[in-house]
Amino acid sequence: MTKANRCWRHICRLEEILEGTGVCAKVEGRQVAVFRLEGKLYALSNYDPFTRANVLSRGILGNRGERRYVASPLLKHRFDLETGECLDDAQVCIPTYAVRCERGEVWVGLLGRER
Amino acid sequence: MTKRLVIIGNGMVGHKFIETLCSQPHDFTITTFCEEPHLAYDRVHLSRYFQSPRPNLGLADPETYRAWGVRVIHARAQAIDRTRRVVVASGCEVEYDLLVLATGSYPFVPPIEGRELEGCFVYRTLDDLARLEAYAGKARTGVVLGGGLLGLEAAGALQALGLKTHVVELAPRLLPQQVDELGGKHLFRYVKALGIEIHLGKTSKRIQGQKGRVVALEFADGGVLETDLVVFAAGVRPRDELARQAGLSIGERGGVVIDDYCRTSDPYIYAIGECAAHRGRTYGLVGPGYQMARVLAERLLGKESRFSGADTSTRLKLLGAEVASFGDAQAESPGATEVLYTDFARGLYKKLVFSEEGRLLGGILVGDTAAYPTLHGLLGERLEQPESLLLPSSAGSAPLPAKAQVCNCTGVARQQICEAVRAGARDLAALKQATQAGTGCGGCVPLLTEILQQELKALGEAVCHHICEHFPYSRAELFDIVRVMGYRTFEELLQGHGRGLGCEVCKPAVASILASLHNEYILKDELLPLQDTNDRFLANLQRDGTYSVVPRIPGGEITPDKLMAIASVAKKYGLYTKITGGQRIDLFGAHLHQLPQIWAELVAAGFESGHAYGKALRTVKSCVGDTWCRYGVQDSVGLAIRLENRYKGLRAPHKIKAAVSGCVRECAEAQSKDFGIIATERGWNLYVCGNGGMKPRHADLLAADLDEETLVRYIDRFLMFYIRTADRLQRTSVWLEKLEGGIEYLRQVIVEDKLGIGGELEAQMAQIIASYQDEWATTLQDPEKLKRFRHFVNSEEPDENIVRVEVRGQYRPAYDFERLTALPMNQGGAHD
Repeated sequence: MTKANRCWRHICRLEEILEGTGVCAKVEGRQVAVFRLEGKLYALSNYDPFTRANVLSRGILGNRGERRYVASPLLKHRFDLETGECLDDAQVCIPTYAVRCERGEVWVGLLGRER
Repeated sequence: MTKRLVIIGNGMVGHKFIETLCSQPHDFTITTFCEEPHLAYDRVHLSRYFQSPRPNLGLADPETYRAWGVRVIHARAQAIDRTRRVVVASGCEVEYDLLVLATGSYPFVPPIEGRELEGCFVYRTLDDLARLEAYAGKARTGVVLGGGLLGLEAAGALQALGLKTHVVELAPRLLPQQVDELGGKHLFRYVKALGIEIHLGKTSKRIQGQKGRVVALEFADGGVLETDLVVFAAGVRPRDELARQAGLSIGERGGVVIDDYCRTSDPYIYAIGECAAHRGRTYGLVGPGYQMARVLAERLLGKESRFSGADTSTRLKLLGAEVASFGDAQAESPGATEVLYTDFARGLYKKLVFSEEGRLLGGILVGDTAAYPTLHGLLGERLEQPESLLLPSSAGSAPLPAKAQVCNCTGVARQQICEAVRAGARDLAALKQATQAGTGCGGCVPLLTEILQQELKALGEAVCHHICEHFPYSRAELFDIVRVMGYRTFEELLQGHGRGLGCEVCKPAVASILASLHNEYILKDELLPLQDTNDRFLANLQRDGTYSVVPRIPGGEITPDKLMAIASVAKKYGLYTKITGGQRIDLFGAHLHQLPQIWAELVAAGFESGHAYGKALRTVKSCVGDTWCRYGVQDSVGLAIRLENRYKGLRAPHKIKAAVSGCVRECAEAQSKDFGIIATERGWNLYVCGNGGMKPRHADLLAADLDEETLVRYIDRFLMFYIRTADRLQRTSVWLEKLEGGIEYLRQVIVEDKLGIGGELEAQMAQIIASYQDEWATTLQDPEKLKRFRHFVNSEEPDENIVRVEVRGQYRPAYDFERLTALPMNQGGAHD
């Protein structure tokens, strides 16, 4: 069902995301959390499936070994920034999105129709 | 049809009966005879009468009785006429349909020559104590006959009155009913060290007098002890003379015979408490009496309830010595075996009694009774490691019973947690995953951590105190590193002493350390990524992703204008409003983008941030004090406001709560706080390290009768010492438990300045106080910071996923089951 044509949506300027934190963007009706950590950008769903609230963009960023993650501000479940996997419960995984920065502007890429 | 219910006796048990009955609708007209001029008072703590200021021991008061419609006749009942169903007293007769005897007991005075001399006392009523006190003013030496509970209480009282005190006991040890020989030896040493002379195994022959007054006590073995007064504390006997006269059945060893429903041999007459004999047994303790009172009240209210004997376990503090005895303490069961721990140097003696199959039958604790509730709850159980419950508490507090629930949200018991650790869950995250404990409200996480460490230790594994994988240090060590190196950012600390990027554990901990040391604006760009969401948005995140707002209301004092300002904000933004446990007002349901507008209005009305979102000082609660209260002896409101303003914004390893009570009635509940202050007639008493919560702990008295400046100095030192040395998220109560030397050591550091750091701690506090700023006022001045207060970076819309339901005239977040019907399935974007 997946089409390959990715469409990019402009989010904000890079300087609007403070190093070591995240913001939440509304993209095609979705809530996308965009994080900036050590020179890299990551985009995940903003929805914490454990608490059913849209709050992940407000979590603290950290690492466990090689894995970088965001810890939900509600009950502290941790989600891998690259893959969306939950580090505390292998059964749970949240959507991730493509993200890039061009000339100081941040873009999130959505597939034309996911799944 | 109302029935006439008459109670003879208004002691602790008589009062408990009336109280229990009157807590429910009933159809009795109640009359009670009260022989003493006072209504019921706390006889168990009678010796507190000699404390200064004199406490109120009263349990009942005339207003309450009036409100309950209870008629009190201050007279001694002289006879019961069972045929006419009438109680006869001097000057009146009172008819009854049901009669309750709660006449208690009288002190036993052995038939010894000289007992009628002036200077002989019993120890039973407030009047007895008043007479003793008056006589003791002219005396220098006093003798207590009896080395049981009452005797030691009386000895403490004589000492408090300034007398050279002797205790004479017939048995070869003190507290012969409660402890065994070895326990008695420990007590002997302890009591003797207090300066009380003890004479064991002594039979008294005669009290010698001169001019009608006591001058000496003569023993059967010929010895003579010179003394100015004698207090009889040789036990009590049931007061059953009314029942005898009335022809009711009396037990072999005295007491009115009752059945399991507290009925005497006359179906219209009941008996409860120390005057009653149940299955041949009388109880000289208040606990069983209370049980009988409850059983009878419930019977009269039409409920099925029976008394089937009582547990005589006791836990006491006598002359400051902790003593507990429970179950088969004397190991009298056939085949019983004992496990002992004894340490004379520290005054500790502990014994557990087991059956042949290894079930706990009873025990004795002297010197440290912290394990008593746990052990009492384990009676009849097999114990895996009895020694862990006997070892001194400095080796870690006594572990919870295996079946004790640790996580109430998920219903996980200690046993399951230990099993998970043994099965390989060796850190908190793994343990949470394996057991689900700590994944609900998170309130049990500190307890979970403690159990994890205990279990790792039991497995012989090194317990790691490192705060997380990024720093090989404990919080206290990190604090010292930051202080000594003068670091001001997380980056500096990480580069100098850590590895990796940090995490949700170390980042907020370091943010807190930096705030405690430098008190910079916490939303500075370098500090912001470290802050937990609450600190990051200066509000409390609630379960649906919205926030609640708590303005500071120092001491709980608020003007009508300020109340109106809060009300208008709440109304304008549709916020759910609730008074908090700490005398403030919480406004729930604010969207992220509304926080700046809400705070602009609150700041304009004169409010400051309440720091309800931070690990920081929350409230200093107060009673109304002598401002209005007719009992108050000091201005508790004024002091609470001063203290709250002094320490507002102070960040700490855990949130800090405090309270000030204006008198010993303790309406502010100061003893359940991190620091609590109770007014005395001579100044302020300072209590520290109490808490409510999962493992409640009463605060310890650190210093008494302080003037206000000394009080403030001690609190400065105490708070800063705690902030420097506690673990992450460690409350003051747990911190004190782990502090080697306990409250004594803390007193040396704070009061005596043993470490010589008092001045430094005060200076550091002074610097924090001087650098206070209202974080919301600062934030409102900075348009760049305010940009972060919106849900979407690219849209002004709020979070559409938030669904509200009306309850009792206000709005709350929907629960999941409500949400399913309220939301279209494909809404929210992230559900796919």
